[in-house]
Amino acid sequence: MKVLVAVKRVADYNVKVRPKADGTGADLNNVKMAINPFCEIAVEEAVRLKEKGIATEVVAVSIGDKACQEQIRTALALGADRGIHVESSETLQPLAIAKLLKAVVDKEQPELVLMGKQAIDGDNNQTGQMLGALANMPQGTFASEVNIADGKVAVTREIDGGLQTLSLTLPAIVTTDLRLNEPRYAKLPNIMKAKKKPLDVLTPEELAVDVAPRLTTVKVEPPAERAAGIKVESVAELVDKLKNEAKVI
Amino acid sequence: MSILILAEHDNASINAATLNTVACAQQIGGDITLLVAGADCGAAAEQAAKINGVAKVLVADNAAYAHQLAENVSLLMAEVAKDYGYVLAAATTTGKNILPRVAALLDVAQISDVTGVVSADTFKHPIYAGNMIETVQSADAIKVLTVRGTAFDAVAAEGGSASVESLSAVHDAGISSFVGEELAVSDRPELTAASIVISGGRGMQNGENFALLESVADKLGAAVGASRAAVDAGFVPNDMQVGQTGKIVAPNLYIAVGISGAIQHLAGMKDSKVIVAINKDEDAPIFQVADYGLVADLFEAVPELNNAL
Ligand SMILES: Cc1cc2nc3c(=O)[nH]c(=O)nc-3n(C[C@H](O)[C@H](O)[C@H](O)COP(=O)(O)OP(=O)(O)OC[C@H]3O[C@@H](n4cnc5c(N)ncnc54)[C@H](O)[C@@H]3O)c2cc1C
Ligand SMILES: Nc1ncnc2c1ncn2[C@@H]1O[C@H](COP(=O)(O)O)[C@@H](O)[C@H]1O
Repeated sequence: MKVLVAVKRVADYNVKVRPKADGTGADLNNVKMAINPFCEIAVEEAVRLKEKGIATEVVAVSIGDKACQEQIRTALALGADRGIHVESSETLQPLAIAKLLKAVVDKEQPELVLMGKQAIDGDNNQTGQMLGALANMPQGTFASEVNIADGKVAVTREIDGGLQTLSLTLPAIVTTDLRLNEPRYAKLPNIMKAKKKPLDVLTPEELAVDVAPRLTTVKVEPPAERAAGIKVESVAELVDKLKNEAKVI
Repeated sequence: MSILILAEHDNASINAATLNTVACAQQIGGDITLLVAGADCGAAAEQAAKINGVAKVLVADNAAYAHQLAENVSLLMAEVAKDYGYVLAAATTTGKNILPRVAALLDVAQISDVTGVVSADTFKHPIYAGNMIETVQSADAIKVLTVRGTAFDAVAAEGGSASVESLSAVHDAGISSFVGEELAVSDRPELTAASIVISGGRGMQNGENFALLESVADKLGAAVGASRAAVDAGFVPNDMQVGQTGKIVAPNLYIAVGISGAIQHLAGMKDSKVIVAINKDEDAPIFQVADYGLVADLFEAVPELNNAL
C-alpha cells in the first residue's frame, strides 16, 4: 500500500525562539531549521511499514517555501521513496494546509496518511484532524502503536486518561505521538542517494486550493516573566518558606 | 452571539475541564449551550444542566456516540453549530481530537489553546512551547476555539438550571470503531485539576522510586506528574506527562524533582503559582523558573521532605 507522510519545516526544538522586536511574528533569522519532531516519527513509522513489507511506496510531502525541500530530502534520506513539494511563500494556516493535503491525497490515493500530532512552532494540533474531515477519512490521533491487518488499522492513542485503541477502515490518517517509535538517523550514503530521488513541485494554484488566511496575527509578545526566585539551603528552610512565606502547604 | 460547547464526559459525569471552558465562554458573552453526545448519557446531561451559566443542554444519546469517536461526533456538532457564532471545547485530548474536524466541516479556522479573550473576534494563545503569546483575530463567521483550562477559573458545577433538549439526528460515519482502553485509576486528584503537583524526571532512575513522590503527594493531597524522559523510559505511564505535548498544569504549588527544565517541560508548568525545584545540578535550567530551589540529591531530600510534612 501507498503511504503519504506530511513533514513540516520548523525551528529546531532546541532553539528558544523569540518574538521579533516589532511583535509581528517569531524571529527566525539565523535559527536552525529541522523536520518537526513529530513528523520525523511519522517518517520513521512509514519506513518501518515499508521494511515490514506492508507499505510499497512512501511519499513525503511538505508545504511551504523552497527551503522545505531540505526537509523532504531528509525524509528521502530516511527512506521515503519520492517527494512532493507544494510551493507557496504565503503564510499558510492549518485549514489551508489540510486543503492542500486533501488535493494531494486525491491525486495520490494513499491508503495511509502519517502526520505529526502537532507542529512545535504553532502548536496547533489541527491539520491531521482537518484533513480527516475534508477527505472523509477516519483518524487515529496521538498514536503510540499502529497495527495494519485485514484492510484495517488498529491505532492505540495516548489520551488524557491513559490509552485507547480504535479500529479504522483504510484509507486512514494517523497522527503520531512521542512513544510511537524512535526515529533513526540518516546515514551519509543515504543522504547522497536521497539527492537523486524524484521530487515533484506543485503549487496551490495547480491544486486549485484557496489558501487565503482566516486568522490575522495582531501581535506576538513574550510571555509574562516570572519574578526571580531564591535558593534554599535545606529541606527545613524549604518547608518553612512554603508554610509561612508562600502559604501553599 | 450564541456559543456551543462540546461537553466532555464519560456518559456518567461531566469532566471538570468543561467548567473552565464555560468560564471562557462567559468572557466572550452570549447564550451558552452544552452539547452532550454519548450513549446512556442521561446522568451526564443532568449534571450539565446544573452548571452555572449554561442556558441549554442538547443531548444526543445514541450508540454511535458511545466513545465520542471524532468521525461521528464532528458530523453531529458541525450540523448543530450552524446556528451558533462560537464553537468551543476544552483543549484536552478529546477536544483536540474532535474540534478541528468540526472546524474543517464548517470551513473555518480553529484557534488552539485559547488563554485570553481580547474581544469578540480576537483571542490570545501560546505558540512555540509558550515562548510567545500570539494575539489573533478571526474573520470567520463561526469561531472555533479550544480552551486552555488553566487560563480560566472554573464556573460552579451547581446552581444552573438549563433546559434540556434531545437531538434525534444519528451520524454514524461507519469508518471507525472503539476496540478498548486502559485507563489509569488513582485515588489522587487529577493532574490538571490538582492544587499541588509533584513531578519526577529522569533523575528518579526508575518507576519504583516514584513511590517517594507518591508518599509526599499523599500527605499534601497532590497529584503526581512526570517529565517526558520519565515516561519514555517507562518509569510511569503517558498520562502523567507534563509539558508542551503533554498536560498543561498551573497548580498553586508545583514541585519538580530530578527534572532539568527543558523548554518543552516548562511549557506545561511555568504558569504555576509557586514552583519548587529539587535538583543536584545547581545549573539546571529549572532553577530559573523556581521560586524556591534546593540543590540536593533527591534521594536524601525527598524522604526528608516527607518526614517534615
Ligand atoms: C517534540 C518534543 C516534545 C517534547 N515534549 C515534552 C513534554 O511535553 N514534556 C517534557 O517534560 N518534555 C518534553 N520533551 C523532552 C524535553 O526536551 C526533555 O528532554 C525532557 O523534559 C527531559 O526530562 P528530564 O528533565 O526528566 O530529564 P533530564 O533532562 O535528563 O534531566 C534529569 C535531571 O535530573 C537531575 N538529577 C539526576 N539525578 C538526580 C538526583 N539523584 N537528585 C537530584 N537531581 C538529580 C539532573 O541533574 C538533571 O537535571 C519534548 C521533546 C521534544 C523534542
Ligand atoms: N506546511 C506543512 N507541510 C507539511 N505538513 C504539514 C504542514 N503543516 C502541518 N503539517 C502536518 O500536520 C501536522 C500537525 O500540524 P499542526 O496542525 O500545525 O500542529 C504536522 O506534524 C505535519 O505532519
